[in-house]
Amino acid sequence: MSEHKATPVGGSLMTPSMRILLFVFMVGAALTVWRFAVGLGPSTGLSDGYPWGLWIAFDVVTGTALACGGYAMALLVYIFNKGKYHPLVRPALLTSALGYSVAAIGIIIDVGRPWFIWRIPISVGKWNLDSALLEVALCVMAYVMVLWIELSPAFLEKWQDSGNTGLANFSRGLSKFMDKALIWFIALGMLLPTMHQSSLGSVIMLAGPRLHKLWHTPWLPFLYLISCIAMGYAVVVMESTLSSRAFGRQREDKMLASLSGVTSGILFLFVAVRFVDLFLRGRGPLLIGEGYYSVMFWLETVLFLAPAIMLAGSRGRARIATMFRASMMIVVAGSLYRFDSYLVAFNPGPGWSYFPSVPETVITLGLVAMEIMVFIMLVKSFPILSGTSPMPAHRK
Amino acid sequence: MARTRRAFLKGLAYAGGTAAVSAVPAIASEPRKAPDDAVGMLYDTTRCIGCKACVVACHEANDLPPDTRGDALYDAPQSLNDRTKNIIKLYQEDGRRSYMKQQCMHCIDPACVGACMIGALQKREYGIVTWESNRCIGCRYCQVACPYNVPKFEWEEANPRIIKCELCNHRLAEGKEPACCEVCPRDAVIYGKYDELLAEAKKRMADHPGRYVDKIYGEHDGGGTQVLYLSHVPFEKLGLPELGDEAVPKLNRTIQHGVYKGMIAPAALYVAMGAVMLRNRRKGDKGGES
Ligand code: SF4
Ligand code: SF4
Ligand code: SF4
Repeated sequence: MSEHKATPVGGSLMTPSMRILLFVFMVGAALTVWRFAVGLGPSTGLSDGYPWGLWIAFDVVTGTALACGGYAMALLVYIFNKGKYHPLVRPALLTSALGYSVAAIGIIIDVGRPWFIWRIPISVGKWNLDSALLEVALCVMAYVMVLWIELSPAFLEKWQDSGNTGLANFSRGLSKFMDKALIWFIALGMLLPTMHQSSLGSVIMLAGPRLHKLWHTPWLPFLYLISCIAMGYAVVVMESTLSSRAFGRQREDKMLASLSGVTSGILFLFVAVRFVDLFLRGRGPLLIGEGYYSVMFWLETVLFLAPAIMLAGSRGRARIATMFRASMMIVVAGSLYRFDSYLVAFNPGPGWSYFPSVPETVITLGLVAMEIMVFIMLVKSFPILSGTSPMPAHRK
Repeated sequence: MARTRRAFLKGLAYAGGTAAVSAVPAIASEPRKAPDDAVGMLYDTTRCIGCKACVVACHEANDLPPDTRGDALYDAPQSLNDRTKNIIKLYQEDGRRSYMKQQCMHCIDPACVGACMIGALQKREYGIVTWESNRCIGCRYCQVACPYNVPKFEWEEANPRIIKCELCNHRLAEGKEPACCEVCPRDAVIYGKYDELLAEAKKRMADHPGRYVDKIYGEHDGGGTQVLYLSHVPFEKLGLPELGDEAVPKLNRTIQHGVYKGMIAPAALYVAMGAVMLRNRRKGDKGGES
């Protein structure tokens, strides 16, 4: 695999765009301090009717799904043994590690008593095994660690050549160990998202009668699982296209094209399961006449179907622009599905409403800014991205 | 590429199949019953005169500050909130009126308990659903899950608590009855053993044919509740949701435990994935070129 070895991009860290990101992050951080001082009421748009808002629906539920690139790529490379995708794995893992870390920070900001979070993993005897949220919490904590471990070879590779002999020796030793152990971490890295991404569907399933019937189904966990895989691939396609442009690297067009084929199948399956399920349970009539609920449902469906069709034929897949556009739609579709099921389709009864407050929104933007900043910093200094298009002209 | 896709879809089909199979035990699992020592309350709309003595008594008994945020002079909460565990509301339509008392229903199979990660909310003594401070993360999942919109959160606190009626369990421990039941001048809300309250409700319905809607709310609704309601107007007018007889957390429990089978399924999946990867590695990285 030496022909597509990952290398640091290099270049200066403090570019003008980095300064803007840093500014947004600082404002968000200051507002976070304020949020802890005054409580959640004054700082957010949340209420007893809408106890969950932007932070849960976006930072956690949508954010982790968008961070499923690492999961989706690992499935493909390690389980289906598609080694040719290897160059896409490290950048995907990095985005995943960052996305999940941000989600974890989002949870800490969102919950009322984060100083008790440490009790969750250690209170084994008190675990409520009925709670899907417990499973999400435990899995996400574990997965954040697993992702950074999966990514550790990128850091170790660099540190091995460090001038500091202590660090270099340590890295070399750890590298040897990681070579053997990594497989079991990668397996965990596939098991954990399978569990908690589906559980994110179970979590909102418990809202039961308060979740609109177009969204509430026993298939929620399954729908959450397959849509997160599609979103993971879409993010990999977008990221690879963008980073090749931003850092002037060669693109992995062929690889992306075949990825998109898999994605198309998943999207069709998603829509099919939803419709068959609705009709089997006699909820077909809700597709019209439920006001904006019906509209939102159809909007989601169109957003899922359009990229599925665009990527179904080899013509669409051959064009990188089509693929990029389709991937963007998948990201929007999956995000909308998550926003709808956690916020729009959640109805606590008359008299309640929710709209994110300005500080709430800025804190989220600050987290996103931080994520992008760290991504750029790490790919510039560590071997994450690979430059050459692997194994040209092997097929077709 | 076709092979990848086929393998992939096979994997998905397998996952779907697992989910479908796991739905089967749903049919088999028994609904939960109220515990033997269950206590509760019975509220009767035909007896309530809307004096709100119970609202004031509830505040005092539970050390909650009066809610003067709506009106600076009166303790006049608009709905259940972080200072109000009990409220009386008026329903009025076409010349018909009724009062409605709202507090925790003490569900037999509560959604809030199913939600709570390390058991801050639990059905404890007498089937009363109580909250334990040092197990609460403040995640508010209980608020999302409760079909009656009962648990409230202290939005203005830096160290917020969940506030909800705990059936005055601190008073029960002293041999007293819940404050709201004690002060009610018309016995519109009474406290007692769950079985006896259910019998009493049935007796009232039999003694006064035509007075009540033909149903005891809470006997079966949402798997049953330890607080029961008799009413002369339809229950949905009073804001009591139509939940059907199945307990809200049952579907989750069925799927969760069906898929996980006590963590055996995930463990098996883990070993299987590790094994596949080991085999792939031994075969060498040829898959890419295939
Ligand atoms: S009414 Fe709500 S808070 Fe009370 S026990 Fe039932 S689910 Fe829990
Ligand atoms: S807010 Fe507290 S009581 Fe409610 S579900 Fe979360 S941990 Fe449990
Ligand atoms: S039982 Fe106690 S806490 Fe519950 S409503 Fe009555 S007075 Fe309030």
